[in-house]
Amino acid sequence: MSPEKNAAEHNYLNYKGKYKGIFSWIFSTDHKRIGLLYLFSILSFFIIGATLGLLMKFELIAPGSTIMDAQSYNAFFTLHGIIMIFAVVIPGLPAVFGNFLLPIMIGAKDVAFPKINLLSWYLYVTGVTLVLLSQFAGQGPPDTGWTFYAPYSFRTTNTMLPAVFGAFVLGFSSILTGLNFLVTIHRMRAPGMTWLKMPLFPWSLYATGWVQLLATPIIGITLLMIVGERTLHIGFFDPTLGGDPILYQHLFWTYSHPAVYIMILPAMGAISEIISTFSHKTIFGYRFMIASLLAIAFVGYFIWGHHMFTSGMSGTALYTFSLLTFLVAIPSAIKVFNWISTMHKGSIDLQTPFYWAMAFIFVFMIGGFSGLILGSLAANVHLHNTHFVVAHFHFIVFGGTGFAFFGAAHYWFPKITGRMYDTKWANIGLVLFFLGFITLYGPMFYLGFKGMPRRYFDYDEVFHAGNIISTMGSWVLYSGLAIILINLFSALRGGKKAVSDPWGGKTLEWTIPSPPPVENFVETPFITRGPYDYK
Amino acid sequence: MNTHAYIHRDDLTSKTGMWLFLFTEMLLFGGLFVVYSVYRFRNPLAFHMAAGELSVFIGTLNTVILLTSSATIAMSVTAMQKQNKKLTLLLLGITILLGVAFLVNKYFEWGGHIREHIYPGSSVLALRGQGDVLFYGLYYFMTGLHALHIVIGLVFIGFITVFVFINKVNTENFVLLENSGLYWHLVDLIWIFLFPLFYLIT
Amino acid sequence: MGNEKNHIIPYLSILYVLAGLIALTLTSVTLTHIFLGTLTVTIALLIAAIKSFFVLRIFMHLKFEKRMFSIGVTAVALLISVVIIITLLDYLYR
Repeated sequence: MSPEKNAAEHNYLNYKGKYKGIFSWIFSTDHKRIGLLYLFSILSFFIIGATLGLLMKFELIAPGSTIMDAQSYNAFFTLHGIIMIFAVVIPGLPAVFGNFLLPIMIGAKDVAFPKINLLSWYLYVTGVTLVLLSQFAGQGPPDTGWTFYAPYSFRTTNTMLPAVFGAFVLGFSSILTGLNFLVTIHRMRAPGMTWLKMPLFPWSLYATGWVQLLATPIIGITLLMIVGERTLHIGFFDPTLGGDPILYQHLFWTYSHPAVYIMILPAMGAISEIISTFSHKTIFGYRFMIASLLAIAFVGYFIWGHHMFTSGMSGTALYTFSLLTFLVAIPSAIKVFNWISTMHKGSIDLQTPFYWAMAFIFVFMIGGFSGLILGSLAANVHLHNTHFVVAHFHFIVFGGTGFAFFGAAHYWFPKITGRMYDTKWANIGLVLFFLGFITLYGPMFYLGFKGMPRRYFDYDEVFHAGNIISTMGSWVLYSGLAIILINLFSALRGGKKAVSDPWGGKTLEWTIPSPPPVENFVETPFITRGPYDYK
Repeated sequence: MNTHAYIHRDDLTSKTGMWLFLFTEMLLFGGLFVVYSVYRFRNPLAFHMAAGELSVFIGTLNTVILLTSSATIAMSVTAMQKQNKKLTLLLLGITILLGVAFLVNKYFEWGGHIREHIYPGSSVLALRGQGDVLFYGLYYFMTGLHALHIVIGLVFIGFITVFVFINKVNTENFVLLENSGLYWHLVDLIWIFLFPLFYLIT
Repeated sequence: MGNEKNHIIPYLSILYVLAGLIALTLTSVTLTHIFLGTLTVTIALLIAAIKSFFVLRIFMHLKFEKRMFSIGVTAVALLISVVIIITLLDYLYR
């Protein structure tokens, strides 16, 4: 029996610890198991959120009421937004792949605070439970949109408190995860792994951790203020009491804009890993990639006002926010150039994760360019609150974080499960998913430009054709998603056994067995080389 | 084969975690300072007049109480380092008593206002004008959230006091005591800013 | 584990700092009753900042900890300030 085979048989999945059965999972402080707990939860809520989206698109296939009335549509897009934003893409990559891979990629045995890591997951489950409860408690589901804008959010008679409090709890989960990762990266890197020898995925989690830590409390206090408005009538955002609803928007977006960097930075980190591995080449401009991650995180704090260009801010605020918004595109562009340069003259291995990475770059660029258009004050007046915005953020969040999530899933699947999946079906799924995605969201740019408002269940007949195409795209996307997930799930049982390094990667996770042993490393590694040492 | 290499205690890691948590608390209150800044800017006279209704005496007394409690918990760390368990426990006890005194003062202060029907949502307050509504809304919300943090801090220090008593926290291992001190100091820091912004803008 | 664990702040140092903090507090209260106008608040906040500095440096041990912690605290304070300033750019110029 070869040592590797023996090692892979004693791994974190079949490890027999203090607890048995399901308790060995929900009481586990092993970062790998916690990563999978998150994967299970997040995937479940993603499917719920996606189904809500599918139904919303079905409503929009024709003008007028198709399968629901206006109030229901409001409840649908509210829940769709809350689930997708707070329960899927914000935790997303950090909670699943960060938890699983971060300690391994820096040569550590676990995160800095394993019990707090488990607490993060408990808080996550509590938060989403509260959000779901809001659908069934009392006075009708929340109908404010995921943005909870004042004054409607404290005037609506629909149930708001469980959803608002649920989002608060989810924020706390995010803070603790960020805190944990920051301390882990500062204190637990293997000997010899200096900051500039750390791979880009951990670097991206580092930049993200600062945003999670420093931005999330703002939404925490803002949501508490909404609770205060609803219950105590404190008047912070109530114009009849002297409050300013626009201040709510300021506070809300002071978090929610940095939040989109929580979504995209780990995605960029994962894409860097994938592109380097499948180009068999070190990342081009490693230091600039790090600087860009940190620059995006930093500049991202100061540009929240671009969500409020038409709300009534002063001219000075408008110019300031628009100018700063354009700045953040620069480091993002640097990253795209460096990914392409990495591929240039590399020895490309066309595998499923690499296809996802290429699809990512394509949709991310479209999303990014449309963001620049929205960031221009004059254009924004025309495009705000139209489907153009909907297209923009789906391209950049679903296209960006979503595609990177699937890419990461296909990249690290062998490591996590010890199995290989069927590549043919994975690629078929990807193609359907990609084509469906473009068909679903592409027309929305045009529809928005022509004036179709967002968050409306009805529209003028002139938008009908574009909506039919878009809705059909949602069916293709959903089928692609089904194939992808079924393919990965069946690989869990019937997939070929994976070796330590099926892709020829150079980062530390590829030096240990698939699946990894409980303690990750039999001996603490000593690092002497850079992270992408292809020669 | 060492399967538990990370079990060995790392105080710097623990302290780093606590500091990062303190940053989140700073940002949490920071959001409220944003609200304060905006509404103070928009209602300078109303804020000025309403602040005159607060008791500078109680505010100053509470400030001194909190500063002293910060000193006593800082001294308790020194006592621990000097292996003086009795003094550590005494100082921790005084810290807790001072914290409770702060809350008692707050109770009487708020009680006074509430008796005059000055509280969020009251019609009396609404009739006084928007600036007053915002001032008192911020007053109750910010000092209320701060008082909640005092309670949390006291619970935390309470646990640590017990741990010191049963030697779970001792001269070889007192990072938990330091961390509880850091939390308490943060609560003091927030009050250091709340005090002038509500009591001294007359 | 590092220097900071061995460093002990003497009781007397803590008490001196406390005395200074109380003195500063009483000063700011007294100043409020003497001066009037917008300068009062600025001075009061300045005094608050000085008090915070001593609480952070001595009570919270930052003087004897790794530089990273002081940098972090400063960065967070700056971040909050910049967010307030940018928000006020809206309200000041409406």
